[in-house]
Amino acid sequence: MGRKLLTEHINVEGIETFDVYRKHGGYASVEKALKTMTPEEVVEEVKTSGLRGRGGAGFPTGMKWSFLAKPEGKPRYLVCNADESEPGTFKDRYLMEKLPHLLVEGMITSSYALGCRTSYIYIRGELMYILRILEKAIAEAYANGFLGENILGSGYSLDLHVHPGGGAYICGEETALLESLEGKRGNPRNKPPFPAVWGLYGSPTVVNNVESIATVPWIVNNTAAEYAKIGVGRSTGTKLISAGGNINKPGVYEIEMGITVEEFIYSEEYCGGIWKGRDMKAVIAGGSSVPILPKDLILKTAAGEDRLMTYESLSDGGFATGTMLGSGGFFVMDDQTCIVRHTWTLARFYHHESCGQCSPCREGTGWLEKVLHRIEYGHGHMHDIDLLVSVAKQIEGNTICPLGDAAAWPVAAAVRHFREEFEWHVKHPEQATSPGAVFNKNASVLA
Amino acid sequence: MVKITFDGIEVEVEEGTTILNAARKIGGEVVPPAMCYYTPLKGSGGKCRACLVKVAAGSVKDPRPMPKLVASCITPVQDGMVVENTTNPDVLAARKGVVEMLLINHPLDCPICDQAGECDLQNFAYEHGTSGTRYEEERRTFDKIDIGPLIQLHMTRCILCYRCVYTADQITEKRVHGVLGRGDAAEIGTYIENVIDNEFSGNVIDVCPVGALTDKTFRFKNRVWFTKPLDAHRDCPKCSGKVVLWMRGNDVLRVTGRKDQYGEVQEFICNECRFDHKDPQDWTIEGPRHIDQRSVIATNHYELPVLNVPVVPNLPGSTEEDLKSTPFNLGRQV
Ligand SMILES: Cc1cc2nc3c(=O)[nH]c(=O)nc-3n(C[C@H](O)[C@H](O)[C@H](O)COP(=O)(O)O)c2cc1C
Ligand code: SF4
Ligand code: SF4
Ligand code: FES
Repeated sequence: MGRKLLTEHINVEGIETFDVYRKHGGYASVEKALKTMTPEEVVEEVKTSGLRGRGGAGFPTGMKWSFLAKPEGKPRYLVCNADESEPGTFKDRYLMEKLPHLLVEGMITSSYALGCRTSYIYIRGELMYILRILEKAIAEAYANGFLGENILGSGYSLDLHVHPGGGAYICGEETALLESLEGKRGNPRNKPPFPAVWGLYGSPTVVNNVESIATVPWIVNNTAAEYAKIGVGRSTGTKLISAGGNINKPGVYEIEMGITVEEFIYSEEYCGGIWKGRDMKAVIAGGSSVPILPKDLILKTAAGEDRLMTYESLSDGGFATGTMLGSGGFFVMDDQTCIVRHTWTLARFYHHESCGQCSPCREGTGWLEKVLHRIEYGHGHMHDIDLLVSVAKQIEGNTICPLGDAAAWPVAAAVRHFREEFEWHVKHPEQATSPGAVFNKNASVLA
Repeated sequence: MVKITFDGIEVEVEEGTTILNAARKIGGEVVPPAMCYYTPLKGSGGKCRACLVKVAAGSVKDPRPMPKLVASCITPVQDGMVVENTTNPDVLAARKGVVEMLLINHPLDCPICDQAGECDLQNFAYEHGTSGTRYEEERRTFDKIDIGPLIQLHMTRCILCYRCVYTADQITEKRVHGVLGRGDAAEIGTYIENVIDNEFSGNVIDVCPVGALTDKTFRFKNRVWFTKPLDAHRDCPKCSGKVVLWMRGNDVLRVTGRKDQYGEVQEFICNECRFDHKDPQDWTIEGPRHIDQRSVIATNHYELPVLNVPVVPNLPGSTEEDLKSTPFNLGRQV
């Protein structure tokens, strides 16, 4: 059994209440930090721990914190990104629902480290019931002196608010999130300036993912050195993985970084293998925006080594033979999955969610969707397949925010690794559109 | 002052200048196209991606190339920066891509569009696009939207550059229009079919790079290249009163602000000057407006090219640079 740093007490009866949470060691990090550490020391601990942001990009959290500008006379803000809208990713929701106080505790300790007087949790609007859970936890924290004026007599004061978004995927992008939190249309901002310099209301701001913030209490309580012992290389600690698709045990798992992908998929502790004993066809390892990989490449790197559940191992080989750990949305597809249909579904999502500010993303995402739709429904041409790659290339890297890339990569990777399947759809439209039909690479006929 | 190299040309500019404005200092062919950037509007730029360039070296301190193409209109220069624009194939490819994307949902109805002849997208597509499109799908169209007696909103043509939104936000008091919806379903709209009716609203027409916002008092009266643009002014209590009159014979068909060589207005004008003064008697005429020689409007020779006529220095509305850069000079007073 791997070590559980975040989810150790997740199944304890009543853990969502202040009293039970406190009995199980809750809020110890607030006491330790406020009473025995300077804010700089807390930042230093997080830096040394090697914790990397769990929202997708994997940027070192401590380093991000140390970039925070500290101008006199301007407030600083910590904003927790609880928007979690990446298809296939549902780990933050699980954590907040079961352990709301862990996030509140993490927000207090982190806000102290960053010198914030007011902090926000920006939560996806669809998760209203979790907003209520968080509000209750925050009220309990106020009532017990962990929020508000002069916390634990330390002289440090903090107000914490939860703010629901309107339900737009783009509001998970940090600058769009800040615009939205300011009450405006959720359009990403041009960077630089980065939020660390010009963030919420023009003040220095750190935006961090729920899981990143929820990890801070453990690091403060148990030291950075202990945390850094877990994991492999620059992928330290544990990671929540939300596993879905055609596996026997979909769910959220806390893994120690560095277990093999094979173990994660096939062991009983985690996904428990492919359902109905089928063969695995492909995996999306880090949320819907990362490149899809076929079975052989997800299990082994290009060099033939076992692929590990770490940032480095998953991205080994670049986009030719690798992918990304991303947000940890692990999506497994069996051999009955139609890659064309699946890719179309993703393209539909990104088309729907593009904010529409920049021309390549606004127009290109719709174009990708329509071409994929045509191919899937038996009206495609062979040149459409190259067209998909070309349009994806016109979007990638040319947009304001990474949503453009997120829309382009799944399509480009699907064509790269499953080109035959696209060609089969074009060449055999009648077969391809008959109900339940799936391309079978080995038989080159219907499965 | 910082030094940068732009397409092999060295130029010295003030710190904080954007790459685009540094290129504009050089002028001519090397200047990247811009669709959404508009100097007088705060916050504009960065959206259309027409002005993407390659930064081959970041600065003297950090000479590494920037990993992605950057929007030149919003990226400040650094000392020792090396920028590639017309000399970089990736940039030209990206620009072709942007033209193709912009033309997906923008109809090619130039023959019946009021903006024909003075459309930024037309110029952009002509200079950077390809002659064909690979787009075979259905395009988006809109029903006509009534936003009042003065301005026609033809949403089908909008390329969502946000310029009109910034204009309304920054120079009028009560903004009633903005962007609604997301992605390619986004549209310029007024809140529940409102009327746009404040004293400076007409400026949204001038900033619109395409024919999405046009002047209802001019629509279908004429093609711009049949008209004769004249610089004129009047004593106006609300604005500078400095305008261009677009005349046919003795009739003032349209009044607009004065635009510089990059299509940006020098000063915003009020609606009274724009819409209510169509009598030549209302204006003091300064002389012909200099129009760029390559412009479609110039092809009708309203400024007769007269050879071997001495240069008229300091002709109103013309910069010395204009006079130097054209082989023909303006010899005729109207
Ligand atoms: C389109 C888009 C959507 C995103 N959605 C989320 C999200 O739902 N949750 C999240 O934590 N980060 C999301 N991100 C990443 C954030 O921009 C940001 O990198 C992250 O919140 C930083 O937190 P971290 O450093 O703790 O990872 C998204 C990014 C993009 C481009
Ligand atoms: S890439 Fe897409 S989502 Fe991001 S700013 Fe541009 S249009 Fe909006
Ligand atoms: S109406 Fe014109 S100015 Fe306004 S966003 Fe559309 S194209 Fe730009
Ligand atoms: S002009 Fe630079 S992005 Fe539009």
